[in-house]
Amino acid sequence: MHISEGVLSGPVLAAGGVIALAGAAWGLRKLDARNLPRAALLSSAFFVANLVHVPLGPSNVHLILNGLLGILLGWAAFPALLVALALHALLFQFGGFIVLGANTTNLALPAVLCYLLLSPLVRSANRVTVLVAGFAAGAFSVSLAGIMAALSLYLSGSAFLTSAQALLLAHLPVAVVEGLITALVLGFLRQVKPEMLRGMG
Amino acid sequence: MMGGTWLSNLDPRAKLAVALAYTLVVALGQRPGPGIMALAASFALYILSRQGMGLLLRRAFSVNLFVAFLWLFLPWRLDWGGGPVWRYHPEGLALAELITYKVNAIFLMTLALLRTSRPTELIHGLAHFHLPAKLLALAMLFYRYVHVIMREYWRLRMALKVRCFKPGNNLHTYRTFAYLVGMLLVRSLDRAERIHQAMLCRGFTGTYWLLDHFRWHRRDTLFVLVSGAGLAALAVLGWRSASWS
Repeated sequence: MHISEGVLSGPVLAAGGVIALAGAAWGLRKLDARNLPRAALLSSAFFVANLVHVPLGPSNVHLILNGLLGILLGWAAFPALLVALALHALLFQFGGFIVLGANTTNLALPAVLCYLLLSPLVRSANRVTVLVAGFAAGAFSVSLAGIMAALSLYLSGSAFLTSAQALLLAHLPVAVVEGLITALVLGFLRQVKPEMLRGMG
Repeated sequence: MMGGTWLSNLDPRAKLAVALAYTLVVALGQRPGPGIMALAASFALYILSRQGMGLLLRRAFSVNLFVAFLWLFLPWRLDWGGGPVWRYHPEGLALAELITYKVNAIFLMTLALLRTSRPTELIHGLAHFHLPAKLLALAMLFYRYVHVIMREYWRLRMALKVRCFKPGNNLHTYRTFAYLVGMLLVRSLDRAERIHQAMLCRGFTGTYWLLDHFRWHRRDTLFVLVSGAGLAALAVLGWRSASWS
């Protein structure tokens, strides 16, 4: 998922950087002073939620929840993920600053797509619709993030073909778990704090 | 985090600029020779930063998990000509070797250069690179509260533990974790509300002021010049040939 610095090729890094910068600029433009602390705190909450390791068969996977982030933050998911990944790089030296753009794009683009496609359904009054849309958001965003990470590898050189396939395959079971958890979180928020599901625009 | 070495006394702006340029040069390098040279330089600088071997080994382990994954898959390719057969590709092995040098060189340099400054100083340093003020405010608030939310998380985990929660492959586990995440989100949003009110009380109008300022010394100029020369040499050596030699 998280591609290390020093792996991807120049053109892939540049493309990821351009998309991430454009997305972050657009997201920041839509973020007013009132929503700034909200975006920052939700971003750090997602950072912490990634510590949760959910059992999956004999092993476990950590949560990504980029679909949920997209639904709650909208376009602000781009700057929020950029900051979270940059601080991750600064504090734990995972991934450097050049690969930041590609990693942000791989996570934030599916998040924003979830927001654009599924947030009307998430706001539905029907509980089942919310749960189904939540499952779709979780499964779709992680699958697409996996596809984009695999594609970043493959476009960096055809030698990466097998690794890209393996990466993609590893995301499939994660997508099911993410879908389940995202649906249940949305069901919870719908009862506890429904105004959160309206997003920030 | 702050050693008393000359590295921690350097201006964060100088360190950020050098770290960024170094990452660019090494990440785009295509030859193993300069990769090894970069790794040696990073290691030397890490030793000079005096942060101990324990930290290096812990971080090296987690960084190299992805590298190990590449070593596992890069040298092999599924061949469909006459049934699926795994074929060995020596170029893949060479690529894995090159990537190992680059990944480790970059993370060691980040450790040596950036871990010797406080994160708040680094975010402040980034402000001098003319990044958008809102992005930096986002980063400052993120860093300020990520620890608070982390504590909140461990408190909730403790509450689960005293209720004898044991994670397993069942819906109960998934629901419990989902409610845990949901609670974390609700509480962080409530906290954001309070933070916003507190910021308004202090006259927040959208600009996040940075109060302390850096002083650029001659040693910073020297550091940038010496690293710049080294990086130029590394770039010439590493980028000259585009083949995976």
